[in-house]
Order: sequence, then structure tokens, then C-alpha cells
Amino acid sequence: MNKYEVVIGLEVHVELKTATKIFCGCKTEFGGAPNTHVCPVCLGLPGVLPVVNEKVVEFGVRTGLAINAKVPNYSKFDRKNYYYPDLTKNFQTSQFDLPICEHGYLDIEVDGIVKRIGITRAHMEEDAGKLVHSGKTISSSDSSNVDYNRVGVPLLEIVSEPDIRSSEEAKEYVEVLKKILTYIDVSDCKMEEGSIRADANVSVRLVGAKEFGTRTETKNLNSLKALQKAIEYEVERQIEVIEDGGVIEQETRTWDDEKGITLSMRSKADAHDYRYFPEPDLPPIILTDEYIAGIKATLPELPESRKKRLMEVDDLSAYDANLVIAERFLADFYDEVRKNIDDPKLIVNYLMGDYYRELAAAGLDFKNSPVSTNAFIELLKLLQDKTISGKLAKDIIPVMIKEGKNPKVIVEEKGLVQISDTSAIEAIIIEVIEANPKAVEDYKSGKGNSIGFLVGQVMKASKGKANPGIVNELLKSKLDS
Amino acid sequence: MVKIREIHKQLINREISAVELAKEYLARLEISSSKFGTYLSITGEKAIEDAQVIDEKIASGEEIGLLAGIPMGIKDNISTKGIVTTCGSKILENYKPVFNATVVDKLYNAGGIILGKCNMDEFAMGSSSENSAYKLVRNPWDLDRVPGGSSGGSAASVAAEEVVFSLGSDTGGSVRQPAGFCGVVGMKPTYGRVSRYGLIAYASSLDQIGPMAKNVEDCAIVHDVISGYDKMDSTSANMPSTKTLDIIGKDIKGLRIGVPKEYFGGDEKVLNTLKKALAKFEELGAIVEETTLPHTEYALPAYYIIASAEASSNLARFDGVRYGVRDWDQKDVTDMMSATRDKFFGKEVKKRIMIGTYALSAGYYDAYYLKALKVRTLLKRDFDEAFKRYDVLITPIAPTLPFKIGENIKDSITMYLGDICTVTINLVGIPGIAIPCGFVDGLPVGMQILGKPFSEELLFNVAHKFEQSNDFHLRKPEVK
Repeated sequence: MNKYEVVIGLEVHVELKTATKIFCGCKTEFGGAPNTHVCPVCLGLPGVLPVVNEKVVEFGVRTGLAINAKVPNYSKFDRKNYYYPDLTKNFQTSQFDLPICEHGYLDIEVDGIVKRIGITRAHMEEDAGKLVHSGKTISSSDSSNVDYNRVGVPLLEIVSEPDIRSSEEAKEYVEVLKKILTYIDVSDCKMEEGSIRADANVSVRLVGAKEFGTRTETKNLNSLKALQKAIEYEVERQIEVIEDGGVIEQETRTWDDEKGITLSMRSKADAHDYRYFPEPDLPPIILTDEYIAGIKATLPELPESRKKRLMEVDDLSAYDANLVIAERFLADFYDEVRKNIDDPKLIVNYLMGDYYRELAAAGLDFKNSPVSTNAFIELLKLLQDKTISGKLAKDIIPVMIKEGKNPKVIVEEKGLVQISDTSAIEAIIIEVIEANPKAVEDYKSGKGNSIGFLVGQVMKASKGKANPGIVNELLKSKLDS
Repeated sequence: MVKIREIHKQLINREISAVELAKEYLARLEISSSKFGTYLSITGEKAIEDAQVIDEKIASGEEIGLLAGIPMGIKDNISTKGIVTTCGSKILENYKPVFNATVVDKLYNAGGIILGKCNMDEFAMGSSSENSAYKLVRNPWDLDRVPGGSSGGSAASVAAEEVVFSLGSDTGGSVRQPAGFCGVVGMKPTYGRVSRYGLIAYASSLDQIGPMAKNVEDCAIVHDVISGYDKMDSTSANMPSTKTLDIIGKDIKGLRIGVPKEYFGGDEKVLNTLKKALAKFEELGAIVEETTLPHTEYALPAYYIIASAEASSNLARFDGVRYGVRDWDQKDVTDMMSATRDKFFGKEVKKRIMIGTYALSAGYYDAYYLKALKVRTLLKRDFDEAFKRYDVLITPIAPTLPFKIGENIKDSITMYLGDICTVTINLVGIPGIAIPCGFVDGLPVGMQILGKPFSEELLFNVAHKFEQSNDFHLRKPEVK
């Protein structure tokens, strides 16, 4: 049994995918030549004033509602004051005591156990710029340049309660959060582009202890792997310190991905006093109940609820349901197809089987596939009415992906229609029986499995078009007669 | 005589061209400003070019607005594209904005001719214009006295008739007090009435740009042009610009004037002048009554806490990284930022940044900043109560006559106490107009007329009625 219990709280910074920045009209696009997506406002030139991008507020509310949080009618912006050259004003406009939403939660599942993780709050703020050093680090560089393209890109910082108890739970929490955020279309959640970043507050305590241990905050976690590894490293390090009779310092640490360790950045004594005060250039945000209800009405069905529906109504396994809801696009695709095809298992089998495999082989994914829902529905209909066999479907799908053609058109063009006409099949069977006396004899002498060979020959002679069910049936009756 | 209308008539009757007018004013300004220290930069070339455009319009028969061709001065904390804007500070010695403040765009569009950028207390922090990092400003009525501040250059320039009107900014009295000291008219509009976009912030929740001119109507004409909603300023009120000229001249019989007793604690000579002015209002048919604003005594400390707190954050951006001057002798970025700020900010600015930083610090926030916000709410209530009974309130602008240069500069407390009549108005956000109400020992005495939010038109009318009953606005300083 483990002597220590791990306590984790996560701060997740999410870049909102609005077209323009939070307080000006500059584009939020990733990349671009340095300092090209800037204007006097985001550059913080003397005399400029911020104007809140309504979309940011809307996305904040959407997120709040999707994470089961309360969205208050009154919230405001505050200034967080500190000096750093990646800021253009030497303060960051953020939210302090009255954020856009508070008191939410998410349910996560680890090892089959569902657990609720509390969310303290989510607040809106502006991103900072990027320092580009001539050397490897700021201290070893002769000079540094700064790119302010990212300044003013809207962020939502989502702060969890210290309810997480392991690195797996932490990873799962971020994954569930990511899934929700992409479902409600407020962020791309691309960790590699930094559009979602996490800081982990980690502490350990003896199992059964009432008080939390002293926590450290680890920053710079840019992948789920880094998040998990950093937490595991931090837990081990803290336990070791305590076991050796030491004390954990409350401090900010940074994750060194190359070395796989966390390093001290600054102690509590060096912690900033941010001198928060209400942003005087922005009036408070007043949201009416009608506004909030209006946004609620536009929220899509969320992943958890979809999963439940797929299992309960469509009778899918948890495994299949999870596959379908993994992405909003895929889940919507499934739902659209499901309206026309009353066979959930068939849909999943093709969606996640042949179709997915062929997409991957073509270097595509569900989203950028040329296959429309209608084309996919048609394919399944052709299967259902036995116009084509599963074998033919395998040949048709790559053509659908490659040429973007309708399956019916492909079937016609290539003459792939399944032969279900018994007289035509019978003619082929007679030929095959005559050509393979040895196999016929084997069958008759009791070697039942030789029928497989004969079926294969019939299929081959029909170029795969013969309905295999009918072939089997007819062949058997011919041989047995 | 209303100067703007007079010039306008001359221009459209082609008695004088805009270029001739600009040249005449520029020639006077060159000499006069070197005596009074009113300008930090003179924009002669641009003035002539802009005047040419007006002349072309007149020549082609195009209709021109009242402000077309009118020479003006702009306080040096208001952004002017391509024209150095220093805020009276060394830290912005070389700073040329890449955009115009909304008010500047509005004035340019109306045809106003900019002659230069007016001297001021550094970052608008001061009440005497002695805190300019470049040179001090002298009062045209007495060269040994201060013109008030922080818009001292703007006020003195109008008093000396270097320009027809100017823009100042008022955070705690910086338009009204120098207007009073220099014997001119100055309006501090309701917070949100005039866009702040492009005004280099001192204290964002208090700052307002305001016009200054020799008489009420000229001041009102400028106010009508610069006021109105601006989508670039989220604190700007969604209201159209004022249309003062429709109202000016209306009777003020039965106007209820409240006189808050807490404001009458200064120099006897100043107070007696005010009393005479109030008697004049009674003659004009107004009802004058003493009233009370009970929380007045807390206003001054609340003002210095709030203004300094906001300033400590607003002025953080001046760090030598992106624009302005830099101390190049430093190796590390943090050292560079500190050294730049240490070297190029003046003493008063650094003092207020320190006060503000302290007031916002963890552990002190509740005792200072939060308490100051509560005082602000109480002050608002005082005024709400008073305006239930009165249409306007009248008070002195400053407790003293213009003081001698050097007299108060070493004693901050005395200097700050001079703002006692004006700061409350910014904390409450209401409009206030300063107009001359008499002279003592050859020095002008001003009074301020205060009104409910967005009552600028009424204030202009009341001020105009008073102005027309005397000749104070017609007097001119003897410029030796």
C-alpha cells in the first residue's frame, strides 16, 4: 500500500479560436512574420484603450455552461501588474475576483471508475508575446528580440479544484476538457501549437491526513506526456524530500522536457505581488439571463451525454461509443448517418473499420475526407439491400476516398453489382463442378471443408460479384442432390 | 466678441486667408511662447499646409465649418500622428505617435489648425506646470507666478492669445485650475463625454480631455466638436455630441444654485470675489442657497490614492523596450528597464508611482485603494443628494490666487491642498466649467459651475449668462 496520497490541481490555459484578438481587431492566426499581427492597441502604445471582443465573452460563457459552471450576471476585468518585456503594457488584463464563470465540474473515468473533478473558475485574459533569444536561454544570450504577434490573443484559464489524485487522472481530466472544448468549438486545443497549456499544482500527504501538503507549481507543460511525466517526477521528488526529513518549499518550478526533470524557477519569497485592481478602461461585463440562456440553447450535445445515448439507445458497447464520440465531427457524422441507417453496429463497423483504415492509408482523417455523409449512407444502403457484398465494399471505399465519387456511380461504372440471380449463379456452379471433379469427390466422401474451395472457385469465376450466400446455398443443394 | 465667429466671418468674406491668419498667429506665438514657456513643439510647417487646404476650400466655394482655419494648441499628452508627443517627460523625448487621438482627428476634420503642443506638468502630475521636464510655464498676468497645472501651457497660451483655443486634460482639476489662474474658460466634461482614445493616461477613471478658450461660446463650439461617442473608448458614453449653440443665451431665471459650504475655506480675497459673483447670479434671477457636501474632507486623500494607483499601472509601459528613450549602458533587460525609468522620469512622477504601487500592494489594498473607492461612492451620493435640490453648484476653483513660481514646489502637501476644490469632481465624474469671476490685485479669480452628468449644455449657458454680465473675459494681460 502507498503511504502517500497525491493531490493535484491543474490550471489549463486555453487559446480561444476567435478570428481577432481580445481587445483589438488584429488577427489571431498562428505564425506569421514577427510583429505583423499587431496594431497600436495590442502594442500598448501610449494613449490606446482596449475594447472587449464580444466573441471572447461568448466563448467564455459557452465554456462555463459546458463545464457545468455558474455564469454570473456581473463580471469584470482586472489588471495583473508585473514587469516583463513580453508584455506591451507591463500589466496583463485578466480577471481577478469576479471571473466569467465559477463552480463547475467534469466527470472523468479512470480504470472504469467515474470521478468528479471540481472546477474552481475560468477567467478570460490576454496572452503575452514571445521572446526570441540569440542564445539558448535568456541569461546566456547577448540579445533578445520580441515578437508581439501573440499579444492579445484571447485565453481562458480554467482552474481545477485539488481533486485530482494521480497523473493518469490529470491526463484524463485534460483529455475530457479538450474534448468538450473542441465540441463546443471554442478552441483547437492543439498542444503542439501551444493553444492549450497546463500548469500543475502538486503536493503529497500521508494517506488519511486532513491538511494538504505544501504544493509546488510546475509550468511549461506543453503535452499530455509532459504533464504526466512532470507530475510523476514531482511526486517522487517530494516524497524523497519528505522521507529524507526535508520540507517541501512552496515554489514555482519548470519542466525540462529534455532531461525529464522539474527545476526550481522562483521561491514563494520571490513571488510577484501582482497588485490586481479593476481595469479602469473597461466597464464591467453585465450578462442578462436571456443572453446566457440564448448561448445555452446553441450548445451542442456534449460528449458524455452522447456516449450515454449511443450505449442506451443504439446499444453500442462502451468501446464503440467511445470511438464514435472521440471527435465532434465523427460523432455528428455518425448521428447523421444513423438517421438513415437503422443498424448502429453496421455503421460503427464500417466507420471505424474499413473506412477509417482506408482514410488513414490515404493520409486523411474524417474531417478532411471527400466522402460526404450522403455517400456513406448510400454505401451502407447498398450493403443492406445486398446490391454489394462486404468484399465489394472493400473495393469501393478506396475509390470513394480517392475519387470522391458516389458509391452507386462506382458500382455502375465498374459493373460491380452483386449477382443474386440464381440461374446465372447456377450456370457458373455447373461449370465449376465439371471442372473440379476431385473436389466434388472429396466433398461427397465426407470432406465437408472442400466446399469452401468450390465456393471460392465460383466467386472467382464471377469476379467476386456472385452473392456469396446464394452461392453457398445453391452449391450445397447441387452437391447433395 | 466671440473670436471663432469673428474669424470665421473674416475667412468666408475673404478679408483674411487661413494662411495669413496662421502666419500671423505663428509669428506672435514664436515670440510669446519663448517668454511664457507655453509650447514644447511648434508645428509651423504643418499649420501652413493645413491652412492652405482651408483656403483652397474657401476658394472653391466649399462650405467650411466654424473651426476651419482656427489656430489651436494641443496639450502634449494628446497623441498627434507624426508630431512628437512627450507628456512633458524626458522618457518620451523622441516619441512620435503613429495615430491621432480621436479628439485630434475630430478637430482636424473640422479644419482646426494646430500650431503646436502645449507644455504641461510631466504626465499631467502637478498643479503649477513646474513639473515639466523641459521648462516651466509662466502666468501671462504675472510672469513670476504659475499658470496652474497641469494644463498650464494650454491655459497660458489662450490667455496670451497665442491661439484661439486649446485642449487640456483634467484628472483632478488640470483644465479648470489653470483656466482659473489664467483667467480663461475651461470645461471638464462628464466622464465619458469626450473620447480618451489617444490621451496618454495618467489616471484612466478620472481623465477627461477638455477645451479652453477666452470666452464661453468659443469653448462651447470646441466642445460640440470634440464630444460624442467613440467606439475606440469603452468608457465613452453612447450619446451624441453636445449642441450647445442651440441652448446658449437662454434665460436662467429661477435657476437653483447650490453653494456647498465645505468649498469656501480659502483666501478671503478669493472668497469675496466668489460672493460677488453669486450676488450677480441672484441679480440675474437665479436662486442661490448654501448647501452641504458632507464627505468633502475625504476627497483629497481618496483622489491621491486612486490617481496614483492607476498611474502606477498606466506608466508601467514606459520601460525603454519599445519606444521612447532608453538607458543603453545596461547589460540586462531588467536593469535597463529600471535604469531607464529612474533616469528619465521626474521626481513627482516617481513619487506618485511609488504611492500608487504601495496603495495596491498585498496587505494595503483594503486599507487604501478599497477605502478610497468607498469614499468615491459616498461622494457620488453627496452630489446625487445636492442635485435633487439644485440645478448647478458653484464653488471656487482653488483656495488661493495664482501662487509664485517656486512657492509651493518644495512642499507637496500645500501643493496637493490647492486641488481641494477640483479633485472631487473627477472622482464623481460630473462636468464642471471654470470661468473668470473677477480680479484681485490684477490676478484673475475663477469659479467653477458644476452640474449633473451630461449637463454640459446647461453649464455653458449658465456660464455664458454670467460672462455676458461683466467684462472679465475681455480683459487682457499686459504682455510686456
